[in-house]
Amino acid sequence: MKTMHKSPWLLHYDGSSCNGCDIEVLACTTPVYDVERFGVVNTGNPMHADIFLVTGGINSQNEDVVKQIYSQMPDPKVVLAVGTCACTGGVFKECYNIKGGVDTVIPVDIYVPGCAARPESIIDGVVKAVSLFQRKHEEEEKKKNGRHRK
Amino acid sequence: MVEALWGRIGMMAAYAVFAPLIGGLLDGIDRKISARMQGRRGPCILQPFYDVAKLTKKQLLSVNKFQLLMVMSYLFFVMLSGALFFGGCDMLLCFFSLSTAAMFLILASTSTHSPFSTIGSHREMVQMMSYEPMVLLTAVGFYLATGTFRVMDVIRTDIPVIAYAPGFFVGFAFVLTIKFRKSPFDLSTTHHAHQEVVKGVTTEMVGIEYATTTVAEWYENVFLLGVVGLFFVTSNPWSYLVAALAVFAVYFIEILIDNTSARVKWQLMLKLAWGVTLVTGGLNLFILELI
Ligand code: SF4
Repeated sequence: MKTMHKSPWLLHYDGSSCNGCDIEVLACTTPVYDVERFGVVNTGNPMHADIFLVTGGINSQNEDVVKQIYSQMPDPKVVLAVGTCACTGGVFKECYNIKGGVDTVIPVDIYVPGCAARPESIIDGVVKAVSLFQRKHEEEEKKKNGRHRK
Repeated sequence: MVEALWGRIGMMAAYAVFAPLIGGLLDGIDRKISARMQGRRGPCILQPFYDVAKLTKKQLLSVNKFQLLMVMSYLFFVMLSGALFFGGCDMLLCFFSLSTAAMFLILASTSTHSPFSTIGSHREMVQMMSYEPMVLLTAVGFYLATGTFRVMDVIRTDIPVIAYAPGFFVGFAFVLTIKFRKSPFDLSTTHHAHQEVVKGVTTEMVGIEYATTTVAEWYENVFLLGVVGLFFVTSNPWSYLVAALAVFAVYFIEILIDNTSARVKWQLMLKLAWGVTLVTGGLNLFILELI
């Protein structure tokens, strides 16, 4: 289906961020940036989400939470790490309880660097995630069709 | 006689085919107008269709199979109530069928044992309790004004029902806010980005299940707006235009209320809904009984 990318629903999870990146993510939904014009809905429900947007690094407490949310999201899904903390652990990397970036627990598709990541680059990341979402869906379809042919 | 029957079946089929299209478009217009009211550009008008199309393609990560069956039954009974209405049948039958549909929605959401959808279904039941008296009174209002419950006879009157039953109309328009899940009464689930205990009744609905629920809501909205229109329809063909205008006006006011009010607690919703029912519906009933 060609219109998958027109309806990316987003789930925002705040790992151990300083809240800087979260405020920028929320700024994207305000009238100034208005991501809803791309069809993005900021949902709180993993069951309805297509894009998993994580800010902040992973610590020993939220590790399981992130894994669980990821497993509750139906395929196809895309993971977006927003901010330096989510990408690598950032300024908190050396802390005793920090494991590192989001990719230490779940596969990350797109990295948006910046401390804090600017709304423009977040939107840029979301747009990239959206095209990847479409591609993943098409690959899935192809796989399914291939299976039927056999 | 046979022709009339075919006409009614035609109307039912038209409802089955066009109601989701109209409902989806109305939803898209709603999102656009809401965005403009908030100073945003908003998504394109066809957005609801893209959303539903996407949902059908997502993995069915459902907790149990029973849920899908219940959701399908919900859709079926909503379609049945709308089809009965547009086919000109008994209005009471339509409303009873609609209540049955609501029960299936509750069954679908409680079948998962998720705490979120359980809270959602409790609230859905409170909502039902709030709007149900007025919905039934509306049917009574139509009866008192025209002497019949049958929609096909109601549309043959010379004086529109609204002339006799303005109170019923106001009461029905009031409970529509609950039925449309609009703020301040979007307790059981909401259409907006802000959440109500995650997503209420629809929390555990994945992919095709959520798509079905959305489509069922479109059917339901078209049916309910049809009831709004019925208040204005007479034997005069021009009255249909008036009815359409009234429907748009009511829909616009619902969007306006949605964007300008904050969610209330269920106690207040219940008091308000029953209060309005008693005052508008009750008073109108009383007056109609007297004359
Ligand atoms: S990247 Fe910077 S702004 Fe973002 S969460 Fe980390 S420290 Fe805060």
